[in-house]
Amino acid sequence: MSPLVEIRNLSKVYTRGRQKIEVLHHVNLDIAQGDFFALMGPSGSGKTTLLNLIGGLDSPTEGTLSVGGRRIDQLGQSDLARWRAANVGFVFQFYNLLPMLSAARNVELPLLLTKLPAAKRRSHAAVALELVGLADRSAHKPGELSGGQQQRVAIARAIVSDPTLLVCDEPTGDLDRQSAVEVLTLLQRLNREHGKTIVMVTHDPKAAEYASHTLHLDKGTLVESGAQAETAAS
Amino acid sequence: MKYLHLVWSALFRRKTRTFFTLLSVLAAFLLFGLLNSVRDAFANAGQSVAGASRLITISKVSFMVALPLSLDMQIQAVPGVGAVTYANWFGGIYQDPKNFFANEAVAPNYFDVYSEYKLSPAQLRAFEDTRTGAVVGARLAARFHWKIGQEIPLQATIFPQKGGQNTWTFNLVGIYHIANPRERQREEQMFFHWKYFDEATEFGGGQVGWYIVKIAQPKDADHVAAAIDALSANSDHETKSQSEDAFQASFASQFADIGLIVGSIMGAVFFTLVLLTGNTMAQAVRERIPELAILKTVGFSNRSVLGLVLAESVLLLVLGGAAGLALAEVAVSFIRANLAAIPMLPVGATSWLEGLGLMALIGLLVGALPARRGMSLRIVDALAGR
Repeated sequence: MSPLVEIRNLSKVYTRGRQKIEVLHHVNLDIAQGDFFALMGPSGSGKTTLLNLIGGLDSPTEGTLSVGGRRIDQLGQSDLARWRAANVGFVFQFYNLLPMLSAARNVELPLLLTKLPAAKRRSHAAVALELVGLADRSAHKPGELSGGQQQRVAIARAIVSDPTLLVCDEPTGDLDRQSAVEVLTLLQRLNREHGKTIVMVTHDPKAAEYASHTLHLDKGTLVESGAQAETAAS
Repeated sequence: MKYLHLVWSALFRRKTRTFFTLLSVLAAFLLFGLLNSVRDAFANAGQSVAGASRLITISKVSFMVALPLSLDMQIQAVPGVGAVTYANWFGGIYQDPKNFFANEAVAPNYFDVYSEYKLSPAQLRAFEDTRTGAVVGARLAARFHWKIGQEIPLQATIFPQKGGQNTWTFNLVGIYHIANPRERQREEQMFFHWKYFDEATEFGGGQVGWYIVKIAQPKDADHVAAAIDALSANSDHETKSQSEDAFQASFASQFADIGLIVGSIMGAVFFTLVLLTGNTMAQAVRERIPELAILKTVGFSNRSVLGLVLAESVLLLVLGGAAGLALAEVAVSFIRANLAAIPMLPVGATSWLEGLGLMALIGLLVGALPARRGMSLRIVDALAGR
């Protein structure tokens, strides 16, 4: 079976003034459907850049990147936006919810791009909030929720359109230990029970233990990868 | 419509700032509605005399050019004419130029034609019997605390007396009232005898400023106006007969180009509005760059983000502008009901259409740059705070 994410000879070079900075250097990587992958490495190693490329937020300078058999490195801006809406859910360290919208409205956001009628959109958002255990906070705005709750709303937003792939950038980086465990457990459940393929960037080895595979990056190069013997909280 | 809550919540993200910006837009469009109403009144005045009960006949060349007194009898003979009187602008100043009020030399039967100017029979008789007698409106008398029997000196600005004396002294013999509260501004005028004026002024000689013609049947106004103007066709004193509204408009336009003034004020107001709302939109979008990046992250296209920001700026203008125009409609109705001296037309469909067009145009104009910024932002840079 072909992998969900197939990366070949992928490089990314940023230009800052006259300076060219190679952030990723000829990376090769396969991520299987239903995998929970942790990307680890020191700051500046290229973790977030690789995650952004996999999520279609940025384009590679060189190499090929296929997700679900589609060459996303060849897509233009509009096609990439449509592809993201249909295939990827995003979870960020600082939640990135829209502060003036309620939790339910935040979760509903990706569905605005679909042809679903308003009632369906609302019911899908309610199901997603139920799944993350926040059905009773749907009318609350982000400012009225704790960090852990906001991150769970962000996860609900990420899964509401039922994407194949979830990309999570330091999802527990701004949370206390208890909230972090709740969020990681939730991600693990989404992976195991709902078959979501997850790629998660983290600095935290304890967080990485929830993943089934860990990839280490250093100075833009893949240095080590392996399967977890026994994942945390199993 | 499914994006309306997004646009709405973005607009009211900073309530105080949005409230004050809306207030500015409201004020600008209130002014637009009021000034448009005045401009329309001046523009439309004189287009037709249909239905008028009184006509004003002036020189076809200009309101400032006098007409011969001999026309009085000729106009009187035109079929459909009920009564004719005449007047001449005097333009005298009482004590100080800032004490401006209309003062005119009028024919003996002036108060017959202007029957709404109520004067007691005794005061009317006193006016007829006193060569230097003057009649003033009740509001003007109250303004200067004038009493019957008092002498009122006016400084001539156009018409000195024979011998070069500039001071004309009149004896106040009557104070007229107007019953209709809408017309009370017309109580701020002063009238005296044309005969005295014509004999005493250096520039006299049987010339009058304009004729006022009372029409026997208002439905005949068009025909009567044409017949009066035909009297002097191809002469050196051709006339133009018009409604009283048109006369007021042409009178005011002697002093100023109303269209130009209104256009200039509105231009300045809208230029300021563009700067103000442009600044608001620029700030609003600058603060929301990470949020716009999130919209793009979840799949909103560049064009969608452009549309959302433009919709926000147009909504800002439409909310404030529609409130301003609605307020202008109420204010114009009030002014028309209570202050007849200010010529105004109701804020009609044309004003609304023009106003909505302006709102959309300004909204798109001030939203264009911030929207372009939102559209072209790179997601990874915006999320990283770069």
